[in-house]
Amino acid sequence: MSDFGSMLFVFVLATFIGLGVIRRVSRLLYTPLMSLTNAISAIAVVGSIVVTGADHPLTIRILGAVALFASMTNIVSGFMITDRMLKMFKKQ
Amino acid sequence: MHLIGELSAVVATALFIFALYWMNDPKTARHGVVAGVSGMLVAVLATWIQPEIIHHTWVVGAIAAGFLVGVPLSRVPLTAVPQRTALSHAFGGLAAGLVGAAEYFLWLGQRSGGAVTVEMTHFRMSALAAEVILGFLTFTGSLMAAGKLQEVRWIPQRPVTYPGQNVVNIGVLAIAVALGVAVALHPGAPWAGQAFLAIAALALIFGVLLIIPIGGADMPTVISILNAYAGLSAVAMGFVLDSKLLVTAGALDGSSGLILSIIMCRAMNRSFTNVLFGAFGKAQPAIAAGEQKEWKQETVEGAAQLLEQARNVVIIPGYGMAVAQAQHKVRELYDALTKRGIDVKFAIHPVAGRMPGHMNVLLAEANIPYSALVEMDEINPEMPQTDVALVVGANDVVNPAARYAKNTPIYGMPIIDADKAKTVLAVKRSKNPGFAGIDNELYVQDNTWMLFGDAKAVLGDLVKQFAGAGIHG
Repeated sequence: MSDFGSMLFVFVLATFIGLGVIRRVSRLLYTPLMSLTNAISAIAVVGSIVVTGADHPLTIRILGAVALFASMTNIVSGFMITDRMLKMFKKQ
Repeated sequence: MHLIGELSAVVATALFIFALYWMNDPKTARHGVVAGVSGMLVAVLATWIQPEIIHHTWVVGAIAAGFLVGVPLSRVPLTAVPQRTALSHAFGGLAAGLVGAAEYFLWLGQRSGGAVTVEMTHFRMSALAAEVILGFLTFTGSLMAAGKLQEVRWIPQRPVTYPGQNVVNIGVLAIAVALGVAVALHPGAPWAGQAFLAIAALALIFGVLLIIPIGGADMPTVISILNAYAGLSAVAMGFVLDSKLLVTAGALDGSSGLILSIIMCRAMNRSFTNVLFGAFGKAQPAIAAGEQKEWKQETVEGAAQLLEQARNVVIIPGYGMAVAQAQHKVRELYDALTKRGIDVKFAIHPVAGRMPGHMNVLLAEANIPYSALVEMDEINPEMPQTDVALVVGANDVVNPAARYAKNTPIYGMPIIDADKAKTVLAVKRSKNPGFAGIDNELYVQDNTWMLFGDAKAVLGDLVKQFAGAGIHG
């Protein structure tokens, strides 16, 4: 198990990378950017899978299943609507 | 197995960063979606094949349900994208809150059973409390925002304020945080389970209280802030589950929300605290009631003539265009004008509409090339040389009062200099003031002509003028 320090380290570095990359995103694309980052942060799905699928008491697994459903909805609708919007941006 | 987990996390992280990197240009942006989907697949599969996952039907069932709801949600009309986005923040918050709660009660249960698998350190418990608070407040806050954007009947559109509101709001949050600290210090105390439930309940209540004083014009900022919260709740979940992948993806989401919030706040010349606690959009006393100038109304024929004689036209769209679904009529007008050799550009204010980038997406949907969409800072120097500025359902973002009227909420907000154009045509649904409740003196300027009516109908009539008998191109 990694310790508090290394997790914080990862968090700070990832935030700086995020700020650097997002700063350069085209202003035209802020709406699809938001749906894309939303889909990406639905990576929380990995946590939900463990809670739902492991050998836990029923109530815990129900909580996990609802969380898994919510994350999966974000992944599916987030990526699909991002692509749908991006297809519309044409040069001429 | 552990190695596969670590490697897949690194691959997924790299793919997510590439996904965002490719968003810097509309030409490469669709690669970003491919990268994002690939990263997600890698991460999900690597988790799923872990030997501890035994209830596969449960996982498949929940994933199938996610598809059932997610696919229709991705096909909403583009005018409904702000509420879909708010709803997805709500789902993100809900997932974080529920996983947090499940992790805690799992640990409590194991503890009484004697088979503790994870150690509940103070740090881990603090992260858990943060995850639950952020997750649940994002859940209800975003649901409220989505309701306001969808104009659900029992959610008031106008900001709801009452005396002592900020004290109540901060009080509720402070109690939740204090309980969080208490649970973090004594995670196994006999009262900790109840305290944990109370934290969740207070966070749910706080989310509602946070959004009810906020009006529609502030939605671009509020959606961005909720985006940042959703990201931070994923980060907290990463700390709890000891997952660097989650921490990284959450941090990317959080920093995106943060940057968008800052851009939106700057575009309104307001601070975070002012947006969250300032209740923008309350009815304001009309400015300088001195001499009341009259609107000058123009006919569709006259407006068409004005446009026809112009060399260059700048169209300034606002929320009114989205409400009236007028973007396709705008496109027809754009075609009619460009066919006559008139240079047509669109001036996009950062907070026009109900979420960041809202206008760009609507105009792109109507097949307007993105090279014609110009940011506020770039178009403003060109406004004095513009023959006709056509305002379509925009109001506060073109109100010259923002430059000097210190007693109005829009004071200091950068605006598109529509008033500097040689002639201004403004399409407006009614004679009511805009969201900020301030009279717009642009409409009574000497060189401004008003076209009253639904934007779609008015623009449709204008296009007919160009197509039909009225004007010979």
